[in-house]
Amino acid sequence: MSQVKRRANVKMVPLQSDAIVPERDIDKAPVLEARHLGIEFGGLKAVDDFNLTIGRTEIAGLIGPNGAGKTTVFNLITKVYEPTMGAVLINGHDTKGLSIVQASKLGIARTFQNIRLFDQMTVEENVRIGLHNQIKYDMATGILRLPRYWKQEKRQHEKALELLHIFDMEKLADETAGSLPYGVQRRLEIVRALATNPSLLLLDEPAAGMNPHETEELMENIAKIRDQFQIAILLIEHDMSLVMGVCEGICVLNFGKVIAKGTADEIQANPVVIEAYLGKKKEAQA
Amino acid sequence: MTKAKRNRLIYNIVTFALVIGAFLLLQSMIANKSITRSLKGQLVPICCWVVMAVSLNLVIGISGELSLGHAGFMSVGAYTGAVISGWLLNAHGVDNTTLRLVLAIVAGGMAAGVMGALIGIPVLRLRGDYLAIVTLAFGEIIRNLVNVLYVGVADGRLTFSFLNKSMPEGVTMLVDGAKGAVKIKPISTFTAGFVLILITLIVVLNLVNSRAGRAIKATRDNRIAAESMGVPVTKYKMMAFVTAAALAGMAGALYGLNSSTVVPTQFTFNQSINVLVFVVLGGLGNVLGSVISATLLTVLPEMLRAFSDYRMLVYAVVLILVMIFTNNPLIRSVLSSAVAPIKRALRGKKQGGETA
Repeated sequence: MSQVKRRANVKMVPLQSDAIVPERDIDKAPVLEARHLGIEFGGLKAVDDFNLTIGRTEIAGLIGPNGAGKTTVFNLITKVYEPTMGAVLINGHDTKGLSIVQASKLGIARTFQNIRLFDQMTVEENVRIGLHNQIKYDMATGILRLPRYWKQEKRQHEKALELLHIFDMEKLADETAGSLPYGVQRRLEIVRALATNPSLLLLDEPAAGMNPHETEELMENIAKIRDQFQIAILLIEHDMSLVMGVCEGICVLNFGKVIAKGTADEIQANPVVIEAYLGKKKEAQA
Repeated sequence: MTKAKRNRLIYNIVTFALVIGAFLLLQSMIANKSITRSLKGQLVPICCWVVMAVSLNLVIGISGELSLGHAGFMSVGAYTGAVISGWLLNAHGVDNTTLRLVLAIVAGGMAAGVMGALIGIPVLRLRGDYLAIVTLAFGEIIRNLVNVLYVGVADGRLTFSFLNKSMPEGVTMLVDGAKGAVKIKPISTFTAGFVLILITLIVVLNLVNSRAGRAIKATRDNRIAAESMGVPVTKYKMMAFVTAAALAGMAGALYGLNSSTVVPTQFTFNQSINVLVFVVLGGLGNVLGSVISATLLTVLPEMLRAFSDYRMLVYAVVLILVMIFTNNPLIRSVLSSAVAPIKRALRGKKQGGETA
């Protein structure tokens, strides 16, 4: 913890009514705006009136007890679910009715809570799938092995290794993704997501199953990724040392509703949050 | 060169070397007249079944969808090929057999490809096993359709009908209902079959090792992750399915033009399962395995003609055994440890060669 600089001490400024972004992002259009977002599953409101604005280079955290609807929010943003209420704007574009693929092309990339790698493919091939819409050539070029095929394959290979270098994983390029240890698989998911050249990276419990040392490394890497790629990151995490250490704005969700928003210090001091996590303090002990 | 790249290259070279070697060997045997009559008659069918197996492997092994109507595409190709060849001969007097064969194969491939697209567009948008159900039905529908299909050529024009009576006077029948495609001039050659296998291998192997092929494999491994990475899943499933259907149609045209008649009962559900057996025995996603298993399983029943009644029974048992054994971790580890020394020896030789 000691050598990691706390990034939570950025001054947050209001953007709209209740939206806050880091001061440096105030003049830039926000990456993500969720307005009154909600979804119902057969009468059950899994997410209700969810508002969130994420600045151009902000690292934001989404926390809450189990079953609060955090992953549902991710699925709404990435268009796995179509919201029944409200809207999601990505880089100013309304995502109403878009498919997962179209949302990805608008600049969203994500990792999954239960890792979803392409298990039978190699590490490099996994990253190359992320590069699918970045370095292109068509099917006929591939079958006929035209000069463009060799040129683009080389570019993909170089770019994939460059991205794998973030986590020092170049040496694993030829390994089968499914055979990697858990922690490495999580990192590979992040690399693969970064390969799509996103403006917003969604990380669903990136530190799950990692030991404290690995978590600390991950924190540094998350900050490094943001600095290097100048992107916004929204992460769901239960490890509070990571959330409080790296997130600038934090949003707390409980039973599908936002119960608090603010910086790490504000959230830690918020009685509503403490109650959601630890339960209500017993009143008068008569 | 990376390890994965080198392994892939070795695999491709071995596959092509095996096919080309077998072709040269058989050609020299034909030249020496040291080949048995029955094997010589089987050469073109073997080529057809190899193409069928490799193309079905593209659907099942590479794109991860189950297709149970591959023989349906073959029959579309066979009938189209027979009609086109007969039409070119009767209406346009094209005597050049090679030209006719090539045009018939291309037309057969295109017709089957269009059929594949028609099926794929609605079905591949769905998740789950719908493709298996629909292709199963497709195979049966096609078989019943061609059962009542009449195609004739009169005055240089093709006439289609589902009623025999409506054929004009002086017509030369090309497809005669339940009698099938009749009076075909057999024009298929072993060389054509060999070239078709090479084309199939080039298409499938090059596709697998390209951007599109990786996208196809990604949709197989994890559909949601592939979509989240911006890979349009339906498009790539279509690509694999239509390519496979077109290749099956080409194989069908070659198969149909190998004998004097093609009857609907040649392309039953059993034939689709037969090709499925080739693919499963050869290994899902393993193109070389498909080539070998399709060849062996086409030649063996002919050699074991005395037991041919039990073939389907044995197939079923062998298929179940293969599925049990290849999924058993103990047996897998024994097998891989048996293969390991050979792999090591090969690698050692390679590295020695590189440093020297």
